Amino acid sequence: MNPEHILAGDRRALARWLTALEDERREAQEVLAALFAQTGRAQITGVTGAPGSGKSTLVAALARGWRARGQTVAILAVDPSSPFSGGAILGDRVRMQALSGDPGVFIRSMASRGALGGLAATTADLARALDAAGFDQVVIETVGAGQSEIDVARAAQTTIVIEAPGLGDDIQAIKAGILEIADLLVVTKADQPGAEATVRALRAALELESAARSAGVAPGWAVPVLTTIAPTSAGVSEVLDTLAAHQAFLRSSGAGSGREVKRLQRELELRLRQRVWQRFALGLDSDVLAEWAGRIHRREIDLESAVKSVLASTHIPEHE
Amino acid sequence: MRALRVLIAKPGLDGHDRGAKVIARALRDAGMEVIYTGLRQTPEMVAEAALQEDVDAVGLSILSGAHLALTPRVLELMRANGQGDVPVFVGGIIPEDDATALRELGVAAVFGPGTPMADVVAAVRAAADQVGAG
Ligand SMILES: Nc1nc2c(ncn2[C@@H]2O[C@H](COP(=O)(O)OP(=O)(O)OP(=O)(O)O)[C@@H](O)[C@H]2O)c(=O)[nH]1
Ligand SMILES: [Mg+2]
Repeated sequence: MNPEHILAGDRRALARWLTALEDERREAQEVLAALFAQTGRAQITGVTGAPGSGKSTLVAALARGWRARGQTVAILAVDPSSPFSGGAILGDRVRMQALSGDPGVFIRSMASRGALGGLAATTADLARALDAAGFDQVVIETVGAGQSEIDVARAAQTTIVIEAPGLGDDIQAIKAGILEIADLLVVTKADQPGAEATVRALRAALELESAARSAGVAPGWAVPVLTTIAPTSAGVSEVLDTLAAHQAFLRSSGAGSGREVKRLQRELELRLRQRVWQRFALGLDSDVLAEWAGRIHRREIDLESAVKSVLASTHIPEHE
Repeated sequence: MRALRVLIAKPGLDGHDRGAKVIARALRDAGMEVIYTGLRQTPEMVAEAALQEDVDAVGLSILSGAHLALTPRVLELMRANGQGDVPVFVGGIIPEDDATALRELGVAAVFGPGTPMADVVAAVRAAADQVGAG
């Protein structure tokens, strides 16, 4: 894992680095530290939406559009790990075959590995790695589990939320939390019946949303609702233009830096929490915990008092 | 313990991916991360996916009869990409003489339609682990 090779565009070196980051290997983090100053250049876009709503097809169409505009593209496509076996089937590449053979495109599939917010725990680091490697555009496709996949807003600068037709006029169908993270809404499969109604429902929901938020989370940016037929690229150049406009807005308004600082603070907290726990866990003895559990079971002590005693008696090692 | 990453690809022009999908599920159920790329892959597409995904093993499902044309090309491209050590498996209806020829070319194992899934899983794990350890 030589940073020089990665910067020189060696795809094998990049791919191996991504694997090591996914596996949370120390040497991979060292390379990221060495290249951290190279990050912050790429435009990072997240795409989220229900299973089968057309995320991969749209991502592929966006990539084709960026390539036609002379920009290089990296794609991170996340699919769920099985909670039973830990294995996964990562199938997003199926919709991206047309990008094959283009040296300006790099596609990487990721399993969520137990994380629940639509991304894997390491997805933000892989996006940073692709940024450092020099790609102009980095796109993250979330798991389509139909839950509130809002983690993507913590890894991307611009978030596209997609809805396929079929929503009708029922705004209740829009998942809680998903509108709050959208910088841009796209109704995919606009060739299918019901697309118009879905656009109307989303616009109505956005109006309620902005009325409810007195000042709005991002004043100065009205969330647009666009439509696409990704297989034919219809509507895709409007999406690309809107993404560029959003980036320009983030820069000129200062909202981009503000958001990034917030994202970084959150990530810092998460990492600290994890680190503190790991160190604490090193000092924990499961036999001792089993003894405490036995005492709780016999009603000799309550849970909260046991927690206090364990905390007071556990030695936290200085180093991991 | 890290998850093994395996590419399951269908090079060639036949349109039957049931076998490939069954294998993909069996490997998933064995705890592996399976990258599935869909139908009608060229050897170039397979090698490129193997490179970008940094896989520990590649499985080719070939029912079109073109295994002797497609497989050597995949192996050659993977070697050129510095992935000559990644084990490649071939599944399909392969006559025994052809299977021997494929193994001589460097294919790790050839699986016929009757191969029990447990054998496939065990062979993939053993070959991938051997490379990972080396
Ligand atoms: N008619 C029509 N079909 C589309 C369109 N976009 C995608 N599809 C089809 O919708 C299906 C699902 O598309 P994907 O792009 O795989 O959806 P996805 O959201 O990535 O799916 P998951 O990753 O499995 O959640 C495929 O059969 C696509 O061909 C569109 O604009 N029009
Ligand atoms: Mg997808």
